[in-house]
Amino acid sequence: MMMVGFYLIPIETGIMTSLTTPASYTGNAPFLPPLEPVIPGTGSFSVQPWINAIAGLSGGLINSFVLVIPATVLSGLLGSMAAYGLTTVDWRGQIMIYVLFVAGIFIPYQAVLVPLTQFWYNVVPLQSIFVTVAASVPLVAEYHWKLLALIITHTAYGIPICTLLFRAHYKKLSSEMIEAARLDGASIATIYRRIILPLSIPMFAVVFIYQFTQIWNDLLFALTIIQFGDASVVTQELVGIGVSQSGTNFPLRMAAALVAALPTLIIYIFFGDRFAKGVTT
Amino acid sequence: MYRFIEECKSRLGFDNVSEERRGREQQREPGQRSQSGQRGSGVTHFQRLLTRLQSFLRRDAVRSAPFWILPFALVGLFVYGAIIWNILLSLTDFAGLGEPDYSALDLENYIIAFTGGTPSWSSLSIEPIWNATQNTIALMIGFAVVCLILGLVLAILVDQKIRFENTIRTIYLLPMSLSFVVTAKFWLYMYNPQTGLINITLQAFGIGPIRIVQNPQLKLAAVAFALVWQFSGYAMIVYLAALRGIPSSHFEAARVDGASTFQMYRRVIIPQLRTATVSALVVITVFALKAFDFLFSMYSGYQPGPSADILATRMVREAYANQNWAYGSTIAVVLFIMALFIVGPYLYSQYRRGDL
Repeated sequence: MMMVGFYLIPIETGIMTSLTTPASYTGNAPFLPPLEPVIPGTGSFSVQPWINAIAGLSGGLINSFVLVIPATVLSGLLGSMAAYGLTTVDWRGQIMIYVLFVAGIFIPYQAVLVPLTQFWYNVVPLQSIFVTVAASVPLVAEYHWKLLALIITHTAYGIPICTLLFRAHYKKLSSEMIEAARLDGASIATIYRRIILPLSIPMFAVVFIYQFTQIWNDLLFALTIIQFGDASVVTQELVGIGVSQSGTNFPLRMAAALVAALPTLIIYIFFGDRFAKGVTT
Repeated sequence: MYRFIEECKSRLGFDNVSEERRGREQQREPGQRSQSGQRGSGVTHFQRLLTRLQSFLRRDAVRSAPFWILPFALVGLFVYGAIIWNILLSLTDFAGLGEPDYSALDLENYIIAFTGGTPSWSSLSIEPIWNATQNTIALMIGFAVVCLILGLVLAILVDQKIRFENTIRTIYLLPMSLSFVVTAKFWLYMYNPQTGLINITLQAFGIGPIRIVQNPQLKLAAVAFALVWQFSGYAMIVYLAALRGIPSSHFEAARVDGASTFQMYRRVIIPQLRTATVSALVVITVFALKAFDFLFSMYSGYQPGPSADILATRMVREAYANQNWAYGSTIAVVLFIMALFIVGPYLYSQYRRGDL
């Protein structure tokens, strides 16, 4: 069906172009594989753009991983705890608090940008703390304070959607089982650790996939909190790559775009079914 | 001594007895308590305090607090605190370097936003936000409508039990896993006048190369089109789930009554998709308000040109490129109110229906 073609074409063109040498790139038939001289005019095959792309993006890739993994784990965990406290345990007033959480999913991030910049740059002395930390702890550089600020920020903004997803899941759990545990004398914390947590593992997968994708792909917060420099993440570096005085280097650009997209693509291809299911609940 | 500690623990709720059982036990206690109350006013006072404390700490709200208090604090600070702070900032005259001055608050920025002029904190004249607002609304409506229609068509097609359904579904959703930066780079390439696929195809039909990305008339449509590419998979999934939820008896009854396929869909099925449409619409329109990442990557900077400038890009430009922080906050407040208008009614209706 041609709709499939519609969706795949930009990616396919990108792949083909990314495997061409810049020098021989003519741009005549971008969707054909570069098999010069077999098919004339398509440019010769080369993995050079990919190598250059990975070299150019390596700093950003590392920073992105340092950012995404803690933020995903933390926001998932906190979302699960919040959903538990607001759903499985029944008390008055919890709906109000829950509504406050859900409303937080829909805010446009622009509405909090300037305060965030003020907060991390002028109010909280994270940078000065990190100067001393970086001097004593190995592997930690001074610019990592920006990444920490971003981790906390993404965790905070990821909690509402994680809470929503977990709550939908917890509502379906059998309340009799929980009642029985309460009657047996289990405390709230024990119920969470022994019963809820093991049962939430499928939902954790969905939440992690979703959050990983969202945080990895984010540009706006990275731009405003990290700005450009040592701590840039891969989305930021991707914006400027491949543009120079001699014109646009398309093969490099396409290779870089694919490298940047690779982690989320891989996660999606392998775990995509769970992602689709989670999105519709 | 041991008994005293145990009694304190049980009164303060540090044992693991659930509220119901404690409620039952309490009915037995009053008799005992009145006995020990005669020992002296000091003990009674202490016991009264203990009783109050214990009933407070035993409430489920408090016992579950360790679970939701930290996320709540984080969300409260970063979401609600930040929004309030943003409104505050929009009332100041903060621009350039330094700290904002919270003592002189006024609505000047809002007046400038709607009428334009020269504010007190700048020597240049600042444009009002109407252009960006127009573009934002145009983008929102165009993008949302096309996205939903395409999603619906795809869902109907996929629902016909075709082969390879899972693979096709994965492919349709694939663009959603990409970052907007990546999408922008791909489509920038596709739209390129010399080497992009679109123009090459047009050239095969003899139509000259068209400038798309730099063309004021086509820009916004091109952006909307690329965004539709990215998002229609989501619309499709939502509609597919909704379609699958309609009992097949509806389909059959319509057929038996002699309706053609088209009529069946139009009169019977689509009206039932209203909930799905609303929820997908809310998500998609709020998303269009945030389409900053895509535009920034496509135009490699803060300025996509006047015909593609939306409120999101205008806000970031004013704040970060022009350093007009307070004005940026003002635009952000406008954006926030727009989002509120879309999301508020939706959340409220969900709450009333108990779907929350």
